[in-house]
Amino acid sequence: MTDLIRSTAAQTANAIASGEVSAVEVAQAHLDRIGAVDEKVHAFLHVDTEGALEAARAVDAKRAAGEELGPLAGVPLALKDVFTTKGIPTTAGSKMLEGWRPPYDATLTRRLKEAGVVILGKTNMDEFAMGSSTENSAYGPTGNPWDLSRIPGGSGGGSAAALAAYEAPLAIGTDTGGSIRQPGAVTGTVGVKPTYGSVSRYGLIAFSSSLDQGGPCARTVLDAALLHEAIAGWDPMDSTSINAPVPAVVAAARQADVKGMRVGVVTEFGGEGYQAGVMQRFHESVELLRSLGAEIVEISCPSFTYALPAYYLIAPSECSSNLARFDAMRYGLRVGDNGERSAEEVTALTREAGFGPEVKRRIMLGTYALSSGYYDAYYGSAQKVRTLITRDFDRAFADVDVLISPTTPTTAFPIGERADDPMAMYLADLCTIPSNLAGNAAMSVPCGLAPEDNLPVGLQIIAPALADDRLYRVGAAVEAALNDKWGHPLLEEAPAL
Amino acid sequence: MSVIDLVPYEEALASYDPVMGLEVHVELGTKTKMFCGCSTALGAEPNTQVCPTCLGLPGSLPVVNATGVESAIRIGLALNCEIAEWCRFARKNYFYPDMPKNFQTSQYDEPIAFNGYLDVELEDGEVFRVEIERAHMEEDTGKSTHVGGATGRIHGAEYSLLDYNRAGIPLIEIVTKPIVGAGDRAPEVARAYVAELRELIRALGVSEARMEMGQMRCDVNLSLMPKGATKFGTRSETKNVNSLRSVERAARFEIQRHAAVLDDGGTIVQETRHFHEDNGSTTSGRIKEEAEDYRYFPEPDLVPVAPSREWVEQLRGELPELPRVRRQRLQEEWGISATEMQSALNAGAIDLILATIDAGAPADQARKWWLGELARRSNEDGVELAALPISPAQVAKVSALVAEGKLNDKLARQVIEGVLAGEGEPDEVVAKRGLAVVSDDSALGDAIDAALAAQPDVADKIRSGKFAAAGALVGAVMKATRGQADAARVKELIFEKLGVTPE
Ligand SMILES: [Zn+2]
Repeated sequence: MTDLIRSTAAQTANAIASGEVSAVEVAQAHLDRIGAVDEKVHAFLHVDTEGALEAARAVDAKRAAGEELGPLAGVPLALKDVFTTKGIPTTAGSKMLEGWRPPYDATLTRRLKEAGVVILGKTNMDEFAMGSSTENSAYGPTGNPWDLSRIPGGSGGGSAAALAAYEAPLAIGTDTGGSIRQPGAVTGTVGVKPTYGSVSRYGLIAFSSSLDQGGPCARTVLDAALLHEAIAGWDPMDSTSINAPVPAVVAAARQADVKGMRVGVVTEFGGEGYQAGVMQRFHESVELLRSLGAEIVEISCPSFTYALPAYYLIAPSECSSNLARFDAMRYGLRVGDNGERSAEEVTALTREAGFGPEVKRRIMLGTYALSSGYYDAYYGSAQKVRTLITRDFDRAFADVDVLISPTTPTTAFPIGERADDPMAMYLADLCTIPSNLAGNAAMSVPCGLAPEDNLPVGLQIIAPALADDRLYRVGAAVEAALNDKWGHPLLEEAPAL
Repeated sequence: MSVIDLVPYEEALASYDPVMGLEVHVELGTKTKMFCGCSTALGAEPNTQVCPTCLGLPGSLPVVNATGVESAIRIGLALNCEIAEWCRFARKNYFYPDMPKNFQTSQYDEPIAFNGYLDVELEDGEVFRVEIERAHMEEDTGKSTHVGGATGRIHGAEYSLLDYNRAGIPLIEIVTKPIVGAGDRAPEVARAYVAELRELIRALGVSEARMEMGQMRCDVNLSLMPKGATKFGTRSETKNVNSLRSVERAARFEIQRHAAVLDDGGTIVQETRHFHEDNGSTTSGRIKEEAEDYRYFPEPDLVPVAPSREWVEQLRGELPELPRVRRQRLQEEWGISATEMQSALNAGAIDLILATIDAGAPADQARKWWLGELARRSNEDGVELAALPISPAQVAKVSALVAEGKLNDKLARQVIEGVLAGEGEPDEVVAKRGLAVVSDDSALGDAIDAALAAQPDVADKIRSGKFAAAGALVGAVMKATRGQADAARVKELIFEKLGVTPE
């Protein structure tokens, strides 16, 4: 192995399994990289040097003992700080949880550990996953490795930036309205929102329970597939988890063939508000798929127009209830407890100090939407829209195997540009939200740089629930064809840090 | 607090019709909590039966306890309810420190069971049908102990202690439809309903339903409307009334209080009220200035509950004999009146009597002890009959000693007293207290001779055939032996000595 930090996860795992390199060497190389660049990027909120090296040593010991290693054993990973890690700080990007060390591992964390994956640390995110730029983190923004003055997307900007900055070959994100796919798109990396219920939410600090879904982030489609198989599967601790076999996503990524597939282009995504260069790369991707043997059809999904407003009623409603537990009683921040004040006063002072403005805005929106007298008009109507969107998808998937669209309307915008304009910020998730509302599977895969700003553009692929393998077939085919065309992966065009 | 002059009960009922609503919470006796695997055992050290889920830690998720759902369905079926084909849990949002998530996972407009009824029998055998609105599943909260205040309530307390062992224990809330038409018997209906429900819950084996342990808690909602009116008045909600007697007293008190307020031209405030065991009164708790908005919405962390019709029918088929049916059967078997059966029910004695019969005692003896001596003791001591320190087997043993002639009734009572006092098994009490019946004929002979000598006129009467006169002699012998003689044997010996043979 020549370059430990630029290798893919698949290559690294093979090198460790064959003894070409030790897991400790791989972990150390990534820790060194983090030490060298993370001050600029700020992808990590917490680096667990000791834990990472210990996990790596355990993999090396296992190999030395002749035990069989899993397909990702010894591969480093950056974990979004929204999954609990036993004894390791977990903040969800909020002051509210500063210093909290959970007494338990999320199911996903446990599965990663069991797979021998080396968790390097916890990555930055918008507070409680609410945002599209990571600017809402209570611990400061993350820079986009393509241009540190721009946002890396959000809420999982830390995870995407860690990949693009070669701080880790694998990362975990969570996608409630696009928080895996949009950061993937604007950083030139791969992000997958698996079918709702296929990756356990046990230990995922909830933003919006009916929408949240953990998923893999990587620099290649195959790496994402390997990670997908490591984390997906039924979990008795999560009532909404699906008790069905995980689709063969690794095999699909290796197949990388779209011949004979019917691909639908969603006509609602495009036009006003979409950057010209984004649409140009998207149209080229459509032609590319056609040239690879896919049959292209245009599909109209009229309800998608209402997806954004429905989302901004459902997600805040659920969050207003999910975040009620942060009351300063049992864990996390406690402000103003001077022995005189009542529990209510301490709770109020703590919430005032501990929640950022976007979180407060959504708690208030949700509280309002659920209030008696408003419930039917807001939450109730939003649920109806959700049903309509699901029906649009059902109709579309009766006709095509996958749908495609740009992942986001624009490339990465400058940090601060939309900070005071929540509506402009919310538009970043325009194309990604429908899949969360319907609970199906979607991926963002790099499809080039926008000519006007030389920043990455993502192609979104959407598949029916439990047909996640189709994402990987199409994504891997696009990736292979584009790498062929460019002669190298897109990320190699990113400026050196 | 203003003192209210209550309107006399009969007077209140002459002017008003009461409308009641009863909400009963039953803690299910499942081994684990409703949404996690923690133990529900009572008496553990505070905060030792907790996990991320029942502590509401960030990231934790609930999973439905299948036994809890099964228990809810069985309760619903026993209450003649329809069982939902598909229903969801809902979040009831409000802040309170003993509620870890600051929402309670409950059910709202989709209860698991709805539209049922429970027939309850009043003291005189009249049957009153109480309509059931719904029975739904939810979780209990933790327990707050407010320390340092005068009232034990949060206001004025110096600090509060929180124990989350109870948080997440499965509860079934059973809500009646408005109970109208009970008139002056409303308090009695309330009591009989809760008593019948308790029997039912126990018969189903889903909970011990011990009210003194908080396993069954009752809220009494009550309003009055002028006689003949059909529009309900404003109601008060008396919370956590925790004994059968208190349920009756709380309803009675509220009828009198409402009548006093209304007679005075006042209006009833919709509020929660606290019941006071010591004097049977209620006092104002929290005024509901505006209707509380719990912002209910379907719980997104749980998939809907969809009990298959096959399963429901199977559960229906497996229901045990329900208490009222069983009581009717036993009443016939025992040959007793409805009133007697009702008092056995009210005393919580039926299972104890049955267990005593199972242990070998004749039915009338078993009834006699539990409804007589022991019921009196339970009233005096203020404990439930079942909580008395005596077992059905011990009662059966005493009964057997009487049948064998080793004890008479008076001595048997003393043995029961000894067992209750912790002096051991009946045999031990007999030995320790020296209570065996004196049946040694030679020992009795002296006493009989003395009695005959003292009352020669009575002896003559017996000789002349007036056998009933023997009672006076038996009494004298019993007195002389301090009650330890077997009266029947004494009588025999008297006749023997006088050489007569009665019919
Ligand atoms: Zn628990």
